[in-house]
Amino acid sequence: MTTQRIGIEVSRAIAIAAKLANVDVVSAYPITPQTHIVEDIAELVADGELDAAYIPVESEHSAMSACLGASAVGARTFTATAGQGLELMHEVLYIASSMRLPVVMTVANRALSAPLSIWCDHSDVMAVRDTGWIQIFAANGQETFDNVLCAFRIAEDQRVLLPVMIHLDGFYLTHMVEPIYVPEQSKVDKFLPPYEYPLPLDPNKPITMGAFAPPNIYTETKKAQQANLTAAKEVILQCWREFGNFFGRYYSPVEGYRCEKAKVLLLVMGSLSETAMSAIDTLRDEGKEVGLIKLRLWRPFPFDEIRRAVRDAEVLIILDRALSFGGPAGPVCSEIRSALYNEDKKPKVISFVGGLGGRDISPDGFKEIINRGIEISQTGSEQEFEMFGVRE
Amino acid sequence: MEAKLINTTGLTEIRWHGRGGQGAVTSAELVAQAAINEGKYAQAFPAFGAERRGAPVVAFVRINSNEPIRVRAEIAEPDVVVVLDPGLLRIVNVTLGLKANGMLVVNTKKQAEQIRKEFSINCSLATVDATKIARELLGVPIVNTSMVGALLRATGVVRLESLFEPLRQRFGRLAERNISAMKKAHEETLVKE
Repeated sequence: MTTQRIGIEVSRAIAIAAKLANVDVVSAYPITPQTHIVEDIAELVADGELDAAYIPVESEHSAMSACLGASAVGARTFTATAGQGLELMHEVLYIASSMRLPVVMTVANRALSAPLSIWCDHSDVMAVRDTGWIQIFAANGQETFDNVLCAFRIAEDQRVLLPVMIHLDGFYLTHMVEPIYVPEQSKVDKFLPPYEYPLPLDPNKPITMGAFAPPNIYTETKKAQQANLTAAKEVILQCWREFGNFFGRYYSPVEGYRCEKAKVLLLVMGSLSETAMSAIDTLRDEGKEVGLIKLRLWRPFPFDEIRRAVRDAEVLIILDRALSFGGPAGPVCSEIRSALYNEDKKPKVISFVGGLGGRDISPDGFKEIINRGIEISQTGSEQEFEMFGVRE
Repeated sequence: MEAKLINTTGLTEIRWHGRGGQGAVTSAELVAQAAINEGKYAQAFPAFGAERRGAPVVAFVRINSNEPIRVRAEIAEPDVVVVLDPGLLRIVNVTLGLKANGMLVVNTKKQAEQIRKEFSINCSLATVDATKIARELLGVPIVNTSMVGALLRATGVVRLESLFEPLRQRFGRLAERNISAMKKAHEETLVKE
């Protein structure tokens, strides 16, 4: 069998990626819009196509807890969740990263209640920003598929040993049938070596993990964890290079589109970044010097790449799909503004929040955002940030 | 002879109207898979929301023979609208946003002229009694595969043969009967400008 180009729902392609990665343990709780991912994996296991243990649980808190245990004994471990499910996992997420357990999780990005919304935004992700996981945003089905494979290799690298979240927009990606290149098993096997955890739980050689830490040691553990996550970037870059050499598709923490000589840049994460490309094309045709920055690597935050990417622009317009209630801007914008604050040469940074709870932003919508952003950069705004597309 | 009233060289956008359980979403997925198997770019997706059996359902397909599809928004101005349940004509504005040179494909036992008059349809119109075909060949009034046949007759957006493989993968032992239903609907669909 060789690489195949198939039309498949992205959720189902993720299940195939997990199968190709030969995962050992999957524990998950179904929640819209993540459901198809874990349903398909359960089916693969039940049909004997994937030799893995599927642990059904009564909540996401238990799902992540089961994943921790599995990962600690040295099993390649996968799960998926969305929205409220991610929040219910919250405290356990810290434990995965702090105990350096390389669990891989796809998150079908979904708004948070109330009011109840099953639709896409990034509120769920932003609430788990500081949990110590490596976090990567996918813009389309292929990126999702490829980065699930990369995630195992990055997470399990002996220099990393950290959990990884792959973020894909709920419905816009999870429920989309689109063409995806699925590589053959032998090639994936070469790219992704078997998982060897250096110090697994073993009844014959008992160890303690995640032990009690009094004040004289806790700070040092956190310093080590911070250094560990920051250093993971080099491994991520190396993994993406090698993935490209293997499969012909190269990824980077920050990607520019038509940024040459751009005075104005728009920055977007996730599936909307492809929609925004169309707006950039139209504006370029009209002679406007605009470009697009797609932010793919969210944690560890790619400081150098972001600074380099926006340095020569005059205006940087950032669209967040989440609110920081009562805060200075959308969460992505806050971080980027902070990363640029001490730079001598930097653009004006304008913050928009939009696309909440599944609200679409069309190419025309992005044109409006860019034009309004330019206007604010000249005249200023009375608000710290503006919400786009609010019906008033 | 396949009707070529629709230009399918660039981007073609198709909206499906059905009821939960009739297979509108499946229809959309099968057509997208066939297009992808032809080497084209395509996407299929349901109107995002909670699905209920019997309630009106919408699904979408984009096919582009030249370049990858970047937009993931719901289709507001389709080139083609396919209606699986004739009852929906009374309760849903199925032609909403349909392009002036667009095509409406309807499952109905009525004559095209009657549909035109009753619902003030001015665009190109294709009709077929898919319910009869499905009852006869599948034993159940599930018209999704028949309506795929009707769509292909009306637009030629993908080749009929390109559907065989996706249908076999989807329906397993029921595939051949569904292929027959699709072919029969393809033959019986009447297309009027």
